Amino acid sequence: MKKRKYKMIEVNRQGEVWVFAEQYEGSLGEVPLELLGRGRLLADKLGVKLSAVLAGNKVDTLVDELAAFGAEKIYHVENTDLAHYQTISYTKVLCQLIEKHKPQIVLFGATAIGRDLAPRIASKMRCGLTADCTDLQIEDFTEPRTKEVHSNLLQQIRPAFGGNIIATIINYDRWPQMATVREGVMPMPERNENAKAEVVKETVSISPEDLAIKILEQHREAKKVNLKASRIIVAGGAGVGSKEGFKHIWDLANALGGVPAASRAAVDLGFIDHDYQVGQTGTTVRPALYIAVGISGAIQHTAGMSDSAKVVAINCDPDAPIFGVANFGIVGDYTQVIPKLIKAIREKA
Amino acid sequence: MAYNIVVLAKQVPDTKAVTGKAMNDDGTVNRSALPAIFNPEDLNALELALQIKDDNPGTKITMMTMGLPSACEVLRQGMYRGADRMILVTDRRAAASDTLATSYILSCAVKKLGKVDMVICGRQAIDGDTAQVGPQCAEKLDIPQITYVQELLDLKDQTITIKRSVGAGWEKVQCQLPVVLTVLDTANIPRPVAARKMMKFKKAHSAMELAKADKADLADALKAKGLLIEEWNLDHIEADLQWCGRDGSPTKVNRIQSVVLAASGHKKIEPTEQGLRDMIHELIEDHTIG
Repeated sequence: MKKRKYKMIEVNRQGEVWVFAEQYEGSLGEVPLELLGRGRLLADKLGVKLSAVLAGNKVDTLVDELAAFGAEKIYHVENTDLAHYQTISYTKVLCQLIEKHKPQIVLFGATAIGRDLAPRIASKMRCGLTADCTDLQIEDFTEPRTKEVHSNLLQQIRPAFGGNIIATIINYDRWPQMATVREGVMPMPERNENAKAEVVKETVSISPEDLAIKILEQHREAKKVNLKASRIIVAGGAGVGSKEGFKHIWDLANALGGVPAASRAAVDLGFIDHDYQVGQTGTTVRPALYIAVGISGAIQHTAGMSDSAKVVAINCDPDAPIFGVANFGIVGDYTQVIPKLIKAIREKA
Repeated sequence: MAYNIVVLAKQVPDTKAVTGKAMNDDGTVNRSALPAIFNPEDLNALELALQIKDDNPGTKITMMTMGLPSACEVLRQGMYRGADRMILVTDRRAAASDTLATSYILSCAVKKLGKVDMVICGRQAIDGDTAQVGPQCAEKLDIPQITYVQELLDLKDQTITIKRSVGAGWEKVQCQLPVVLTVLDTANIPRPVAARKMMKFKKAHSAMELAKADKADLADALKAKGLLIEEWNLDHIEADLQWCGRDGSPTKVNRIQSVVLAASGHKKIEPTEQGLRDMIHELIEDHTIG
């Protein structure tokens, strides 16, 4: 394989804000749309255009979708060899476009694809990349030693150290500023059917060595539950004690018209499927009501639910940290508490 | 067929053991207050390498880590389980490297080894959770990467077939060696240390470790027994200093805040029928329920 060198991007204030429009078999999913929502705010603050990069085979139908969610410009690359995501071919597409159009910010979803692709691009462009951001802002930065002011930098905010710290990362000298953004943490923007985008067609030639990986078989499973969209979540932890005990969690969720969920500990113990996991390595949720049952409240869990509007904690340990993020605390045995709760809900209904 | 495998491992602070003492008053992490461990997914990477070695006699596994001399512990841990060679990449000028600079340095060290068939590492390290060093090493080495490895399905001559996990599903992929693999914690159960190997390799030390313990004179004796951990610095691996350490790192930390849970301001509800009924009433009143 012959290595192609790409020119590094100089700091430039006119560069656009880009969103990588990840798609699977012609469908965008929610992640690129969430990125467009936050991208809009960043682009407005910087006074530049918000653009999407769309690559694939027969993906032109997605152009309107991206426009409806806020992309003003769409770089569209059609190629039969881009039908399936592959690290090296997609890296080539993005690097070629970045070198040509010099965006100042490029955002990816922190998905299996985004986390495979973005580091490879960052390495080729020799630019910075921050993984798994939960927030992005534009702010000035003063270098503490030289007192040099770098205006309007992308503040890449992410949990680190097992969720025990929140780090704000910047890159002021080697651009573009790139980040992968955790799924579900940025709200979806409103859809505007009438919005139109400028479409810029680009061609990238894909050679056999760009397709070094042969995909023999692909299999996607729809998630069993959409935790992100649920208004009411009843989550169980290791304290529930057994798969049978989880029946109480399902019953309470049903009585409230909500969905069940779990901490990582409960998933690891086999009480419930991974799709239901809330927390740092699961889904981030912000429902109207979150009921935590037998969950101690480790930071890895609370990082994924502390934005809930109301939290009810049920735990037999009065010192469990979960009470620190709760609005209502019930110290007691959940097998006693939940039936009483269900009874109270039925009476009121 | 015999393969040359490099396992990249990292020594990390055990972030699951974080207590109040682990945070300094200024919000930074006091790493010395935490036990240093073998990054968990790197153990899965080592296990995959060992399984390949079990099935392919003559395969050689080189354990490589970048860090302070104390990181030699992960190299020894690798030897206790069946690795063949230990290399510590260590240099003051490598301090403050971000993932890009780290990948550059590691890739220079891997190139120094000559022909390598597979570079295997964990998907991510628990202190940063970035999952970037594997793919970036692959790019620097200019070879393909297969991330999120769940299972090795087949390895024949120069062709490897892998099942990888991709969020809501999986795929079977195949490529020609050499390749970088990043391995998931669900891929396997790492084997325990072998007692006899441990007895032998617990005596392995690097020159810097010996110097620190005032035993520098033991170096030749250890080397003769194959127990001297190789130390490679940036000159040795012919790294270009502009891509190393702070200068080679485009990302800079602007701020660090420790996560402080909101002060306990919750309302205590008695677990009685009346107490629970009142709470439900309150949640209906403010339209949380219903």
